[in-house]
Amino acid sequence: MSIIENHETVGTPFCSNPKLSARDVGVFYGDKQAIFDVSLDIGSNEVIALIGPSGCGKSTFLRSLNRMNDTIDICRVTGEILLDGENIYDPKVDVVPLRATVGMVFQKPNPFPKSIYDNISYGPRIHGLASSRVDLDEIVERSLQRAGLWTEVKDRLHSPGTGLSGGQQQRLCIARTIAVEPEVILMDEPCSALDPIATAKIEELIDELRENYTIAIVTHSMQQAARVSQRTAYFHLGQLIEVNNTDMVFTTPEHQLTEAYITGRFG
Amino acid sequence: MEMNFDQHISGQFNADLEAIRNHMMSMGGLVERQVSQAVKAICTGDTNLADEVIRREDEVDKAEVTIDHECTQILVRRQPAASDLRMVLAVSRVVRDLERIGDEASKIAIHTLEVTDVSNSHICQQSVRYMGEEVIKMISGALDAFARHDIHGAIDVVRNDKLVDRQYASALRELITYMMEDPRSIGQAINIVWILRAIERIGDHARNISEQVIYLVSGHDVRHSTLTEIEEAAQQEE
Ligand SMILES: Nc1ncnc2c1ncn2[C@@H]1O[C@H](COP(=O)(O)OP(=O)(O)OP(=O)(O)O)[C@@H](O)[C@H]1O
Ligand SMILES: [Mg+2]
Repeated sequence: MSIIENHETVGTPFCSNPKLSARDVGVFYGDKQAIFDVSLDIGSNEVIALIGPSGCGKSTFLRSLNRMNDTIDICRVTGEILLDGENIYDPKVDVVPLRATVGMVFQKPNPFPKSIYDNISYGPRIHGLASSRVDLDEIVERSLQRAGLWTEVKDRLHSPGTGLSGGQQQRLCIARTIAVEPEVILMDEPCSALDPIATAKIEELIDELRENYTIAIVTHSMQQAARVSQRTAYFHLGQLIEVNNTDMVFTTPEHQLTEAYITGRFG
Repeated sequence: MEMNFDQHISGQFNADLEAIRNHMMSMGGLVERQVSQAVKAICTGDTNLADEVIRREDEVDKAEVTIDHECTQILVRRQPAASDLRMVLAVSRVVRDLERIGDEASKIAIHTLEVTDVSNSHICQQSVRYMGEEVIKMISGALDAFARHDIHGAIDVVRNDKLVDRQYASALRELITYMMEDPRSIGQAINIVWILRAIERIGDHARNISEQVIYLVSGHDVRHSTLTEIEEAAQQEE
C-alpha cells in the first residue's frame, strides 16, 4: 500500500516533447514494492534531476528507464516506459541496443581494466558502429573531446583507464557512454566521489551535452540539482511527489514534503 | 503552505534563522522609536530630542551591518532553499529599508534644528503630526505582519502608503499657498517640505517591508507592482 493514498504528483510531470515517458510505473523487488504509480515525462534535450531521501527509489526508477533492472532477478516492473513512443518493455525489444540508446553513468567511475582507448572503442566495436581502425580512432577522439578529456589524455591513450584520477575516470565513463551514440544519458550520483573541481567539470559537461542528449541525473546535492537541471522531480518513499521547474522547486516548492526535504527539515 | 523555521534537522540552523529574525525585529523597534522621537521633536520643537535621534543613527547603521553579516553567514554555511532562502533574502532586504528609515528620521531631526521656533509656526503642523503618526503605524504594522507571516496585514500597509502619498501631495499644495501669501515664510516652509518629504519616504520604505512579507509567505516578488496586482498575488495564496 502506498504511503500517501490516492496521491497525485503535483506540478508539471508531463511535457510537450517527451523523449521518455513513464506511465503508472511500479517496481517490485520480490513482493516488496519500491516504486508506486510513477508517471513522468522526460523532455528532449532537458536535464531532469531526481532527488529524494536515501532509499526513496531514485536509482530503482532510473534503472527502470533502460531496463537495467532486468539484471536483478527478483525485480519486476509494471506500467509502461515509452522511448519516442515505443514501450521499451515490449518483449520484442532487444536490451543491448536499448542500453546503448539509453546509456548509464554510475556513482563510482568504473572503467574497464584496459587502456583508455579500449574503454572507449569497446562499445562502438560490439555495436558495429565502426568499420575500420580509422573510424574507431575518430570515434575515440570525438567522444573524449565531447567529454572534455581529450587534451588531458591524448598522449597516453594506451595507458590504463584505471590510472586516471577519479574525475578523469568519470569523464572517461561519460566518453564511453557517448561513444555508442546514445540519445538519453542516465546518471546515478555521478559526482558523489569527486572533488569540487572535478564536479564542476562534470557539471559543465552536462550543460554542454544537453544540446545533443536528454539527461536524467540522480543527485543528493541540492546545489547540483539546482545548477544543472531545468526540471526537478522529488521522490518520497517510492512515490513521485512533485515535479516542477528547478527554479521553482528551490524557491517555492509546491508540496510540503518537497519543502521539508530541500530545506533539511523533519518531513 | 505552513512555515516553520524551528523544525530543521540542524538545531544550529534553527537558531541562526531565529537570530536574524529577532535581530531584525529589535532593529525595527529601534528604528520605529527613532521616527517617533523625530516626529515628536519637530512637533514640540524639542532640540534635545532631535540631537538624541541624530546621535542614535549610528546604532541603526551598526545593526544593519551586523544582521547583513549574519545573513551572509547563513547563505555560506547552509545554502538555504525555499522558505529558508526567502527568509534570509527578505530579512536582508528589510534591514536595508530599516536603515533607510533611520536615515530619514535623522534628516527630520536635522531639519528640526534648522526650523526656528517651530512650535509657533503653524505651517503644516497638522500634516507633519498626522503623516508622522501614520508612517509609525505603518512601520509597526509591516513588522507585525512579518512576524506573523500575515499577508493581509502587509497589504493594509501598502494601502496606507497610498494614503500617505495623498496627504503629502495636499500638504505640499498647502505650503505653496502659504509661501505665495507670505514670501518671508519661504525659508521656513522649505524646511517643512524636506520634513514632509522624509516622512513620505518612510512610508515608502514601510511599504517595501510589507512587500517582503508577501515574498516571504508566497514567493511572489511584488516590488514595483500596483496595489491591485499585489491583492491578486495574495488571492492566489488563499
Ligand atoms: N537489489 C535490490 N533488492 C531488493 N531491494 C532493493 C534492491 N535495490 C533497492 N532495493 C530497495 O528498494 C528501495 C529503493 O532503493 P533505491 O536504491 O532505488 O533508493 P535510492 O533512492 O536510490 O537511495 P540512495 O539515495 O540511498 O541511493 C529501498 O527500500 C531498497 O532497499
Ligand atoms: Mg541510489
